Amino acid sequence: MIAIVDYGAGNLTSVKRALEHLGFAACVTSEPAIIERAERIVVPGVGHFRATVALSAAALGAALQRQITLGKSILGICLGMQWLFQSSAEAPETRALGIFPGACQSFPSGVKSPHVGWNQLNLRSDSQLFRGAPPRPFVYFTHSYYAPVVEFTVASCDYGLPFSAAVERRNLFGVQFHPERSGEVGLTILENFCRC
Amino acid sequence: MLTKRIIACLDVKKGRVVKGVNFAHLSDAGDPAELARRHAEAGADEIVLLDISATREGRATLLDVVRRAGRGLFIPFTVGGGIRSLPEAAAVIEAGADKIAINSAAIANPALITDIASRFGSQAVVVAVDAKHNHNRSNWEVWVSGGTRPTGIDVLAWISEAQRRGAGEVLLTSIDRDGTNSGFDCDLTTRVSRNLQIPVIASGGAGAAQHFVEVFERGHADAALAASIFHYGLNSIRDLKASLAAAGIPMRLPC
Repeated sequence: MIAIVDYGAGNLTSVKRALEHLGFAACVTSEPAIIERAERIVVPGVGHFRATVALSAAALGAALQRQITLGKSILGICLGMQWLFQSSAEAPETRALGIFPGACQSFPSGVKSPHVGWNQLNLRSDSQLFRGAPPRPFVYFTHSYYAPVVEFTVASCDYGLPFSAAVERRNLFGVQFHPERSGEVGLTILENFCRC
Repeated sequence: MLTKRIIACLDVKKGRVVKGVNFAHLSDAGDPAELARRHAEAGADEIVLLDISATREGRATLLDVVRRAGRGLFIPFTVGGGIRSLPEAAAVIEAGADKIAINSAAIANPALITDIASRFGSQAVVVAVDAKHNHNRSNWEVWVSGGTRPTGIDVLAWISEAQRRGAGEVLLTSIDRDGTNSGFDCDLTTRVSRNLQIPVIASGGAGAAQHFVEVFERGHADAALAASIFHYGLNSIRDLKASLAAAGIPMRLPC
């Protein structure tokens, strides 16, 4: 069973459907006990960075922290990925997880924001998530803040400047784009996560 | 590079896809779920489903259609038509839509934009605007109720307000061009696009590949939407994208 963490940040139906389409059982939950029992955890989310406060708070935060320490496979999507970094200029007072170094920033002037649509990735060949994907895949983005390129970046994308489209550190993964809305490539990425 | 999006639109009435000329003269074009999947396979970057029946019985059918069309669809999916409140928007999102398109309801109650954006994020709110050129005032005017009722509101002013209130994208339809296959209104599109931070989806008038080239280059559109030319196979999305790529427009080409 894959737990999709519900913390009140946007639409979770499409993530659940994509996982089920691939043949994996998934449930949308905010119950710490279910999250602790799950084989894998997906932290999705769209909207304001402030919403990630719920991921650090009380029992849910403690459960997620424990699972990360235990090395369970976890995938953060969009806001869920930004939460794995230290902070975001969108809500500087909100403390995030800080597993990946750096703060999320807004795009420079000169490009339209939000960054909406299909953009192309530059992949690092040793990535687990992108195994079997085309060398320069297109994926679907919709976001106003970006995470910096760091040593754990396995896919970068250019929009006014290069930013982290995907990060990996052992069993911990983050993607800025929406694999559940990125066609066949997205399904490949989700399937790779489910088999990691 | 961020590609320009080609969006396939399904105008749905009583659970069937229809498409008319200048918003009238409807004729049947098929099952929405099947067409959505076919367009996705052919390389559509996004699917927009607009319910134009907007009656109470039509609404219940809509949720079922959204559920069916959303199953097996793994590209962005926008649904609009008669959504007037946050609970209605939530039901459509729950049924499988990623984004909600609101048109007349946003004019009647602009706070609805902020309500949906606060709950689901700005990326989930597409403000649809039906624009008609007003020759006397030489501007574009917002029309509502499926393009049947003028409002006296200036298109540029309204769209700026929609952006300020939290709209994530604008779906801009030229009533003058809709269904005519005579090309997008590039003057309108470029005016709106230059005025905005958020992406603009141009709609109304697509009839040939060259029209898409024009609306991306001259109209500065971020995406272009069409319906009938795809349904009846006059121009498959696959062929269209190949010719746009050949013309130098950044495209995501289907595998």
